[in-house]
Amino acid sequence: MTEVTLSQVVKKYGQHQAVHGIDLDIHDGEFVVLVGPSGCGKSTTLRMIAGLEDISGGEVAIGGRVVNDLPPRERNISMVFQNYALYPHMTVRENLGFSLRIAKQPEAEIAKAVDEAASILGLNELMDRKPAALSGGQRQRVAMGRAIVRHPDVFLFDEPLSNLDAKLRTQMRVEIKKLHQKVESTIIYVTHDQVEAMTLADRIVLMRDGHIVQVGTPLELFNTPVDTFVATFIGSPPMNLVDGVVRQGQITLDGGITVPVPVTAGALREGQAVKFGFRADNLMPVGHAVEDEGAVYELDLPVTLTEPLGTETLLFTKMAGGEVQAKMFNPRPVAPGEQLRFRLMLDKCHVFDATSGLAVRG
Amino acid sequence: MTRRRLPEWFVLLLPAIIVIAAVVLIPLLFSLYSSFTPYKLTRPSTLWKWVGTYNYEKILSDAKFWAAFGRTVLFLTIVLNLELLLGLGIALMMNKVTWGQRTLRTILMFPMMFSPILVGFQFKFIFNDNIGLVNNVLQSMGFDAALPWLVDGKLAMFSIMFAEIWMSTSVFAILILAGLFAMPRDPLEAAKVDGCTPWQSFRHITLPFLMPFIYIAMTIRSLDVARAYDIVQIMTGGGPARRTELLWTLMSRTGYVDARMGLANAMGYVSIILSILFTIYFFRKLSAARAELGMAG
Ligand SMILES: Nc1ncnc2c1ncn2[C@@H]1O[C@H](COP(=O)(O)OP(=O)(O)OP(=O)(O)O)[C@@H](O)[C@H]1O
Ligand SMILES: [Mg+2]
Repeated sequence: MTEVTLSQVVKKYGQHQAVHGIDLDIHDGEFVVLVGPSGCGKSTTLRMIAGLEDISGGEVAIGGRVVNDLPPRERNISMVFQNYALYPHMTVRENLGFSLRIAKQPEAEIAKAVDEAASILGLNELMDRKPAALSGGQRQRVAMGRAIVRHPDVFLFDEPLSNLDAKLRTQMRVEIKKLHQKVESTIIYVTHDQVEAMTLADRIVLMRDGHIVQVGTPLELFNTPVDTFVATFIGSPPMNLVDGVVRQGQITLDGGITVPVPVTAGALREGQAVKFGFRADNLMPVGHAVEDEGAVYELDLPVTLTEPLGTETLLFTKMAGGEVQAKMFNPRPVAPGEQLRFRLMLDKCHVFDATSGLAVRG
Repeated sequence: MTRRRLPEWFVLLLPAIIVIAAVVLIPLLFSLYSSFTPYKLTRPSTLWKWVGTYNYEKILSDAKFWAAFGRTVLFLTIVLNLELLLGLGIALMMNKVTWGQRTLRTILMFPMMFSPILVGFQFKFIFNDNIGLVNNVLQSMGFDAALPWLVDGKLAMFSIMFAEIWMSTSVFAILILAGLFAMPRDPLEAAKVDGCTPWQSFRHITLPFLMPFIYIAMTIRSLDVARAYDIVQIMTGGGPARRTELLWTLMSRTGYVDARMGLANAMGYVSIILSILFTIYFFRKLSAARAELGMAG
C-alpha cells in the first residue's frame, strides 16, 4: 500500500515562498495530476516528494513513513524528467539497467527486467544506441523505461511530454495511461496542459501561486469549478464569463440582456456584482443544438468569426460587450455579421461573485 | 618573350611562407641535419662532416641518456597523475563553494602567472638545506637533522616535482572546473532517484562526463611538461652528480656546456618522439571519451 500524504508542506527559496502549506492525500494506485500555470509550484512540490528539494516546513509521507529527511534513494520512487535526463555515456540497455545494477541485483535478473521494460515500450531495436542517437520520442520512452524497471512504489512525472510534437504527445498519453493500468502503482504527474490533466487523471490537483485551488475528478473540476480561475483553466475553449448584476431574481448582463438566475435565489443578494459563466457547449444556435431538457433561454446574437472543426463549428459572438464562444453542431456555413438565434442551457450555467471570483451555488 | 607571373594566391601567401620558413622550418631542418654531423659549437667546420646515424647509435647505447629518459617518463607520470588528482579534488571543492567563488578562481590562477624561473628560485630557497623555509620549520618543530632536499637524489626529485605540481595543478583544476560548470544537472538528479550514493553518482555520472576535460588538460600538460626545463635547471641543474638529470637538462648540457650540438640535437629528436607519443595517447583517449558521451568528432 503506497499512499502519499502531504501535510502543510511549505517550500521557501530564501525570502520567496514557492509553496504555501499544501495538504494532499494520494491513495494507493491513484493517478494524480498536478496542473496549473507556469511557476505555480508544481515541479517544486513534485521534487519535494522525490527528495530532490529540501522541505522547508510540514511533512511528506510515503506509504505511511515520513520521508522528510530521507535521501531520494531511500524513498523507492522513480522519476521521469522533462528533459529525459538520460545518462549520455550509457547505451539504452545500460540506462535501463543502471538502477538495478546500483542496487546490486544479479545480472540475469537485470537482463530480464530490462528486456521486459524494453518490450513494453517498444525499445528492443534501440538497445545498443546512445541517447544522442535517439529521437525525442525515443528518449522519452527510454526515460519511462528507466522508471518502470525498478517497480517503484510511486512514479513521479514532471512534464514528460512537453518536448514532444502534438501527435506524439497524444500517442504517449495513451501509452502512459496503459502503463498505469498495467503497473497499478501510484502516479503523480505534473503538467501545465489541462488536456493532459483531464485525460490522464483519476484526480486533478489544480494549483495557483503555491496554493491548491481545487482537488477533484476531471468531471468535478469541469462541472463544478470552485472559482473563475478553475472555470477558465479547465476545459477548452475556456468558460465564457460575462459581467452582470443581480436584479429581482434575474441577472442583468452589461448589454441589458436579462437572464433568469440559474441558482436558488437565496444565495445571491440584490445588486450583487457577478460573473455569469457558461461553456461554449451550452450556447448553441437554434436548429444546431444538442437537444437537452431543462430550462432554456433564447437570445439573438451576431456572429463575428467562425472556426470550423468538422463535426462542430466554434462561433465567436458578442454578448454584453464581451466576446463569447458558442458551438454549432451539424454546422452550415455562417457569414460574419450574420445574426442567429441562440439557446442558452440555463441548468449548465455558473454564477461567480465578481470580487472574490468564488462560485455561488444553491 | 612574356615573363611567367606567379599565381596571385602564392604572392599573397609569400610573406607568411617566408616568416614560417625562417622561424620554424629552417631551424627544424638545420637541427635535423646537424644531428647527422659531429657539429661542435666551438668548431663550426664540423658542421660539414656527415657521420650518418652515428649520433643516434651513440645515444641509444648511452646509459646516461636512458637514465635521463627513464627519469623523465617517471617524472611525467607521477607529476601528471598527482596534478590530475589534486586538480580534480580542488575543482570538486570549488564547485561546492557558493560564496566568493570568483575570487577563489582568480587566486587559483596565481601560480600560472609566475615565470617558471621565479618559481624555480622560490622553491630553491624554500628547500635549501641551510637557510630554507622547510628545514627551518622542521627544526623549530624539533627535528634535528637538516634534510638535504636538493642534494639527495630522491628528495631532490621530490622537490622538483613539488614545484612543478605547485605551479601547474591549477591547469587541471580550472579545466575540470569548467567541465563541472558545463555539466547538466538532470542526469545527476536522475542518478539520485535511481539509488546512487554521492560516491556512486560521482563514479558513474560525473567522472565519465569529466573525462574529455581531463584528457584535454592531460594533452596540454604533456606538451608543457616536455618543456619543464626551467624549473629543473634553476633548482638542481640536473645535479648533483646527474641525480636529477632529465632529458632537457641533459640536452642543454650536451649542447651548450659540452658544445656538442649535433649530439644534443639527436637527443632532441629522440625525446620529441616521447612528447609526440604522450600527446597522441591522450588525444586518442580524448576522442574516445567524447565519442562515449555522444559528442561529435
Ligand atoms: N531554485 C530556485 N530558487 C528560487 N526560486 C525558485 C527556484 N526554483 C523555483 N523557484 C520559484 O518557485 C516557483 C515555483 O517554481 P516551479 O518550478 O515549481 O514552477 P512550475 O509550477 O513547475 O512551473 P513550470 O510549469 O513553468 O515548470 C517559481 O516562482 C519559481 O520562480
Ligand atoms: Mg515545472
